[in-house]
Amino acid sequence: MLWIAIRMLTGDAQKFYGLLFGIAFSTLLITQQLTIFVNLIERGASGVYNAPEAEIWVMDPVSRTTDVNYAMPSTALDEVRSVPGVEWAVPHLRAAASVRTSAGDLEGVAIIGVDDATLIGLPERLLEGDKSILSRPDSVIIDDGGVVNLFENGEEPIGQRLELNDQRAVIRGIADSIPSFTSQVTLYTKYSQALNFVPGTRNRLTFVLAGVSEGLSAEDVAARIEQQTGLKAETRQEFADAGVSFIVENTGIPTNFGITVVLGFVVGVAIVGLTFSLFIRDNIKQFGALKAIGVTNAKIVSMVGAQAALVGTVGYALGVIGTVVFIYAFSGNPFFKGFYIPWQIPLISLVSVIIILAMTGFIALRSVLNTEPAAVFR
Amino acid sequence: MSGMETSGKPMDTSAIGGCAPDAAICARGIVRDFESGQTTIRVLHGIDTDIKPGEMTYVVGESGSGKTTLISIMCGILWPTEGEVKVFGTDIYSLSDTELVNFRLNNIGFIFQQYNLIPSIDAAANAAVPLIAQGMDIHEAREKAKVLLEKLNIADQADKLPSQLSGGQQQRVAIARALVHEPRLVVCDEPTAALDANSGRRVMDLLREVAVAEDRACIIVTHDNRIFDLADRILVLEDGEVTHDGTEMPDDH
Repeated sequence: MLWIAIRMLTGDAQKFYGLLFGIAFSTLLITQQLTIFVNLIERGASGVYNAPEAEIWVMDPVSRTTDVNYAMPSTALDEVRSVPGVEWAVPHLRAAASVRTSAGDLEGVAIIGVDDATLIGLPERLLEGDKSILSRPDSVIIDDGGVVNLFENGEEPIGQRLELNDQRAVIRGIADSIPSFTSQVTLYTKYSQALNFVPGTRNRLTFVLAGVSEGLSAEDVAARIEQQTGLKAETRQEFADAGVSFIVENTGIPTNFGITVVLGFVVGVAIVGLTFSLFIRDNIKQFGALKAIGVTNAKIVSMVGAQAALVGTVGYALGVIGTVVFIYAFSGNPFFKGFYIPWQIPLISLVSVIIILAMTGFIALRSVLNTEPAAVFR
Repeated sequence: MSGMETSGKPMDTSAIGGCAPDAAICARGIVRDFESGQTTIRVLHGIDTDIKPGEMTYVVGESGSGKTTLISIMCGILWPTEGEVKVFGTDIYSLSDTELVNFRLNNIGFIFQQYNLIPSIDAAANAAVPLIAQGMDIHEAREKAKVLLEKLNIADQADKLPSQLSGGQQQRVAIARALVHEPRLVVCDEPTAALDANSGRRVMDLLREVAVAEDRACIIVTHDNRIFDLADRILVLEDGEVTHDGTEMPDDH
């Protein structure tokens, strides 16, 4: 009977494709929007992910994220270094600056000053140039997203001179980094050089990045740092999560994306519900005839279930494939750089599709089950 | 059934409950009410009748006389308000829902006025539906259905969809569907209503040829007087009561 059920569904091409479209569109909307949402809010942790060596981030107690920070006195570095269990500690500066481009435009940039000696704080990989170029005077490394923003005309960025807060800066490398939440241009330079680029204030040390001695846990050492220095110390994961939470709590993004996801669900229910109901209504005589002939309600349920399963499986697959194609197609765009689909998202979409089909299938099925076999004689 | 005209050989109704031991259907005291708002309408008024195997029995009457309700009750798809129905000795309304559905699947074949073929499967598959519902493999069921389609002279249409067939051909596929699982009772609702005179006649000739058998009963609801001469027995219903039971239509109809 399942074969008949499938043929009944696929034989009505208009409704079959309508149902597929409904499920695929709903899956696409839910999966794609959730993917963008998750990847976007994860950008709140990009500063942490771009400094992979740091196991602990130490900061002023009021600092909240890599971008929402309050500078500490430079003595904080020595205080951290003196805590037992800290293998190493280096200064890390993050500040905002303005750049006058060669085209005469003004662009806000993020300056990241990394430790002069170890260069800890730089992204792991450079697309062009070598980390050692930072030892040359006025050198900066630009992030790859920044290249697109700053050199829209496709000029070669390497060797370009920038006027950075009235200082001269020369781009000598391109970093392969995760863009920040705002996709702001980021310039990496040595800590000592960064102090020259950013306007002078008394405290300019924004973070101390620390490593943990072998055999100790980052959580224990971070707690020890907080206890001994009075500063705030968070493990890499804690600080990354704090960056994500900050965006979730302080922007309307979750609400906006949430509304779109709910809309995707509602549109799915509407399209699939309407089409499924029409399909059942058009075939109610046939279902009635089957019931009269001797097909049990259980078999009718399994027939409608098979129809829903077919539509759900194909529609869901199309929706997920659509999302993958979308992410792939836009992977060249800096905004979408590094975007991935966490496994939980297709699972959420799958659950949504199952709920949509269960709801609409149940409603459609009710009319079939309530149809008296005798109705076929009327 | 006072005042009912009878003709032909009477059945032996000496068995328990007044049912003839060889009766295909034994209906006793069938009453059926329908609710319409606050009003209860009685459609059947205590009908007692027996249907014999090996005969083509017509149930005729004006629209609203209760003929469709009567056969719906006789074939187990509509519960009577009162009374009992035995089909080949089985009191069908004492069966559980599932047992009754299975009883229909194994013992009754249906032919509907509008054919009710599934539009997206071909003629052979449509004819094979009861066998598929019984759990037979699709290919085997199709082959069996094709044999019957051949008997009905439409084997060459076996692979066509219902929309590619004429009304007469579709009804023949419906006949094949009603007989493919070799039921003991065949129930037809206005089988010629949607056909022209010639097609209707041909379909009924074929139906008579393939559906009537020693151990099988065939009931046909119709008001198509063009085919009355093909009946072995005619029951006339008027206002929910059997007013005539004979081999021919009464003169006043």
